[in-house]
Amino acid sequence: MSRYSAWSVFKNGLTGQKGWERAWRDPEPKSEYDIVIVGAGLHGLATAYYLSKNHGLKNIAVVEKGWLGGGNGGRNTTIVRSNYMMPGNREFYEHSLTLWEELSHELNYNVMFSQRSHVSLLHSPAARDATARRYNTMRLTGSDGELWSLEKLKNTIPHLNYDNARFPIIGAAVQPRAGTARHDAVAWGYARAADSHGVDILQNCEVTGVTRQGSQVSAIETSRGTIKAKKIGFAVAGNTSRLWSMADLGHLPIESHKLQAFVSEPLKPLLDHVVVFGVGGAHFYISQSDKGGMVFGGDLDWYKSYAQRGNLPIVQDVAECATSIMPCLGRVRMLRHWSGVMDMSMDGSPFICKTPIDNLYLNAGWNYGGFKASPASGWYFADLIANDRPDPVIENMHLQRFEQGIIIDERGAGPDPKLHG
Amino acid sequence: MNGVQALIRSYTAKFRYGNSVMLRIHCPFCGERDHSEFSYGGDASIEYPPLDASAKQWHDAVFLRENPRGVQQETWHHVSGCRMWLIVERDTMTHEIHSVKAAHPELTGMLEGST
Repeated sequence: MSRYSAWSVFKNGLTGQKGWERAWRDPEPKSEYDIVIVGAGLHGLATAYYLSKNHGLKNIAVVEKGWLGGGNGGRNTTIVRSNYMMPGNREFYEHSLTLWEELSHELNYNVMFSQRSHVSLLHSPAARDATARRYNTMRLTGSDGELWSLEKLKNTIPHLNYDNARFPIIGAAVQPRAGTARHDAVAWGYARAADSHGVDILQNCEVTGVTRQGSQVSAIETSRGTIKAKKIGFAVAGNTSRLWSMADLGHLPIESHKLQAFVSEPLKPLLDHVVVFGVGGAHFYISQSDKGGMVFGGDLDWYKSYAQRGNLPIVQDVAECATSIMPCLGRVRMLRHWSGVMDMSMDGSPFICKTPIDNLYLNAGWNYGGFKASPASGWYFADLIANDRPDPVIENMHLQRFEQGIIIDERGAGPDPKLHG
Repeated sequence: MNGVQALIRSYTAKFRYGNSVMLRIHCPFCGERDHSEFSYGGDASIEYPPLDASAKQWHDAVFLRENPRGVQQETWHHVSGCRMWLIVERDTMTHEIHSVKAAHPELTGMLEGST
């Protein structure tokens, strides 16, 4: 694989753009691999990349039922942040953010990571106190966080609705290192980098069965034939329960729900930050893409679903939030919206863990947090598969935490997956 | 509206929007209503064990889900209507609703008896 550089852009500019190679191969499946990762989303591709890069492992395949990055990797609002407080989550998401900061260099692929600040609006003194605790915890554990006064917020983002009697804005909690990245580029960057390390990415290769032999899995049945594997990792958030039942492993602490996101027609530069509005029943987050579209989203559709199509009441909810927090958007037209299927877990936190089967590993339960988590998720999942033991950072991200009473419930919502938004 | 018109309307609505844009739930007490009148409960197939059952049984009932892609039984609360709990049989992939019935038939009987 040739490296991308300013020189290669210049040279190809002069030679009619004819010198570019395809970014990754399209190999035929081999009959056997040492490691097979199911799911070529951001997490699966990152896992394959770090397996080869960090652990020097070879003979790895990633199988994907559709095209790579065509699931939730291409269906999110591209926000990256690490403002988590619970032990486990704190270290994990912070590590992810530090990986994001160097990701374009690491992958030799511009993921357009833009640290434009994540601004959570505050609407009451109680919210300010609770948030101060959270952001102080972040600062004490090596991250960044700031509390902005109303005056500073007004100077920085003057066009929010500061005249709202129902939910008056009193300030904001800000993580300056947070921001956005281009989601497709992350999938392509990881795919290209993994491929250059020899990973076979097998698209249009749907898993239809999992073959077990005693306490081991020996192979997967796919739409492109049987593939044997010494180790198998599931990274198929949204459809984890289906694969889990193919492996005959019973039930999981996961429900599949759908989450919508929206983009408007392109506008001239309007919003330089990620802005989040969450109070009472409202839940809304918005940023502006480099093409100018306002990218925003809100709550789940509130009922379980595997359909990648959203419903209208949530469109209305999100539009109401948009116009109440940024009335200037009132006449902006929506360009499109999409919906992804989330693994919503029983405590709102993920699983990167071993399973009841010795050589099967699970990466699942990403709730709302999958996009920002993808570098660290791949990092620690690769480490788990390579070394057959969890790193201390992810030692509680396992399936037994509910029976052991060590749940990681960042939101304090209890065992009702739809509430962990 | 006659049957042919209804059929054409439902066909074109499916063609244009799929089945998933807005669920319409046929409440046995109030008739067919938009799902935004209802509040989603969850998996209706869960049977809670007796109070003195083992921690394992309670763990499984509270935390584990079958989460099928296909038809499942689920509870809905007609919170902006009659406030009755319903059991709905719905496909989680196509959103097609196969049946709706009252969650507490004994309560329904009492209500009917009182009128």
